[in-house]
Amino acid sequence: MTVENEIEIMGQRLNEKINNMFGRSLHIREVDAGSCNACEVEVTALSNPIYDMERFGVHIVASPRHADMLLVTGPVTRNMELALLKTYNATPSPKLVAAMGSCACNGGIFGDTYASGGGVDKFIPVDVYIPGCPPRPQAVIFGLMVAMDKFEQKIRKTEVKA
Amino acid sequence: MKSQYVDTIKKEFKEFVIGDPALVNETYLTLKKDTNVMAYVDAIRKEFGGLITGEAVLRNEVYLTIKKEANVKICDYLYHQFNTPLVSIFATDERKTDGHFKVHYVFSCDREDAFIILKINIEEKSPQYRSITSTIPVANWYEREIQDMFGLVPQGHPDPRHLIHFEDWETGLYPLRKDFDIRTKPKRVKGEYVYRRVDGEGVYEIPVGPVHAGVIEPGHFRFSVAGEPILNLEIRHFYTHKGVEKLFENIPFDKAVFLAERISGDNSVAHAVAFCQAIEKIAGVEIPPRAKYIRTILLEHERLYNHLGDIAGIATDVAFAFGAAQANMLKEDLLQLNEYVTGSRLLRGMNTIGGVRRDIGDNKDKILLKLSTFQQEFRKLMELLMETPSVVDRIETTGRIYNDIAKELHVVGPAGRASGIDRDTRRDHPYAAYRELNFKVQAHKSGDVYARTRVRADEVHESIAIIEQALWSLPEGAIKNEVKEIPDGFALGYTEAPRGETIYWVRTEGGRIERCKVRDPSFCNWLAIEYAVLDNIVPDFPIINKSLSLSYSGNDM
Ligand code: SF4
Repeated sequence: MTVENEIEIMGQRLNEKINNMFGRSLHIREVDAGSCNACEVEVTALSNPIYDMERFGVHIVASPRHADMLLVTGPVTRNMELALLKTYNATPSPKLVAAMGSCACNGGIFGDTYASGGGVDKFIPVDVYIPGCPPRPQAVIFGLMVAMDKFEQKIRKTEVKA
Repeated sequence: MKSQYVDTIKKEFKEFVIGDPALVNETYLTLKKDTNVMAYVDAIRKEFGGLITGEAVLRNEVYLTIKKEANVKICDYLYHQFNTPLVSIFATDERKTDGHFKVHYVFSCDREDAFIILKINIEEKSPQYRSITSTIPVANWYEREIQDMFGLVPQGHPDPRHLIHFEDWETGLYPLRKDFDIRTKPKRVKGEYVYRRVDGEGVYEIPVGPVHAGVIEPGHFRFSVAGEPILNLEIRHFYTHKGVEKLFENIPFDKAVFLAERISGDNSVAHAVAFCQAIEKIAGVEIPPRAKYIRTILLEHERLYNHLGDIAGIATDVAFAFGAAQANMLKEDLLQLNEYVTGSRLLRGMNTIGGVRRDIGDNKDKILLKLSTFQQEFRKLMELLMETPSVVDRIETTGRIYNDIAKELHVVGPAGRASGIDRDTRRDHPYAAYRELNFKVQAHKSGDVYARTRVRADEVHESIAIIEQALWSLPEGAIKNEVKEIPDGFALGYTEAPRGETIYWVRTEGGRIERCKVRDPSFCNWLAIEYAVLDNIVPDFPIINKSLSLSYSGNDM
């Protein structure tokens, strides 16, 4: 199957889920918490004309205050820790966090050292993990779908509680 | 013949070679008396005879140990008299062998394809040495880096603030000292970082970052502006500092190649090759010719998609969405070709010590076909961009870096070549298969965003030509030489990454990495941006930033 077809099929499914959950669009703020910049290359690729995530309702926004979801890359360096926490707190609830790339999942090759924090979930709660170094764009789309399902559960839970 | 040289050296310099027996190791000592680099050394000897305490030549690297007090004088002499660029400064902690820290100054003799490395010894008791920044501004960040990582103080440095550590770092902790454990988690202390201030009527500050509006890496920019024009820009980086150099010392060689690939993600191949070359030099292994060619092809593939990404970025930032979409599409084509050929969109996992892991010869026809259609499309794209007045108007004269400034700040890569600095590691210090291939180094003069775009466009065509030549003349044979044992030693490894000259210096000891200094091109070029934006308007900053194509991760490590 060509990349284009793959994306079309996955994208349609993602779009359906987004429609159900968010009424048309999912807003994402990408946070680089110390990545090697290759994960950014793939996030950028998601908006090129081949993948064109916007047509499925996925929109990368400029501020965490407009976001439904944080897409975090990198192992969370000591120097980025505070900025990540501030960004997380600035994102309105209910919010989703996706850890993108091996670094974000568990520190990856940079591990847990004096400078590297060893993964996003040590600092903020993570809903989905998207492994890969870097994950292919297809993997990111898949990750977003999983996140949508999780979000549904999350909302249900809050409803029950209330 | 060789042993004769060894004997001469041993005899002649016996008294000089103190505490550094590795320097007289016969296995990888080749002294080329005929290279002109010795002329430089002779001149230094004549001028500063008494101040030199040790000499050694290893391959194309000349190591001169000089007295600590003489560093300013001799560096200044080499730099200004001979016009040899200072390409790296780094320290090592050799207290357990001879009780000293050492600071190395690496000068590149481009015409001779050689390097002169000056070393000074610094005692633990008085961890200070004289700063050379006021005579050679390039040294600025290096000296501050050494101060943060080793606790060696450059006396007389004009800006002695922290560089890598933030204000909450505990004083007295120096990560690259051997007695610092990598797993230490220093507690956060109270401190303050003081920014430069510009005062005056109507002057205000715009702080930007570290989390930006676009999908880019983290860094902090502080503009002082009066109306639209920028009066001053102060950049603050090292948000993505991941302790890479320390990590190198704690992992085996195989894993270190993967780490090198992840220092600046989109320059994976250039970093991995530079690292592998240093180790291969130490081990005295020559990689098979086929591997050399494959490495060259990979390096050029990397350049292609990076340059396309930069051109797309510039088009985006001048709000020329159609051009940006075209460029992004072409870039995606290249990434998919990469994946088809190597299994990784970013060409990762291909290099290894001793050669490459995977043959790409079978895909020759596919690559050639793809590249020829790519080239046609790319030509159309560049015509479109360079003939659209709204684009040209935004990029001409924007973010100008004049030649003399570019030289003073050691701007490297396409950004340097756009300012008339005719340097290219592929030609000046040939590695992989570049010696056997034909290509032209593209240089422009005007030093603005326009020139930087042009240089990249020209280089795209050169890269395609290089790949074609390499594929046509791909030698038969193995793709890897087994490297069983890596002896103790040290060597430089270097490549021309898409962003410019990348330098590694590796020292091995007891089958592991003792020290690995990485100098990413962005470490040099970031300093130029503070200059390039002056008198430009704030909305042009993103274009200038993109045109310099700076890596945050490569810089911060
Ligand atoms: S997961 Fe891999 S590609 Fe992504 S930031 Fe980490 S090292 Fe880079």
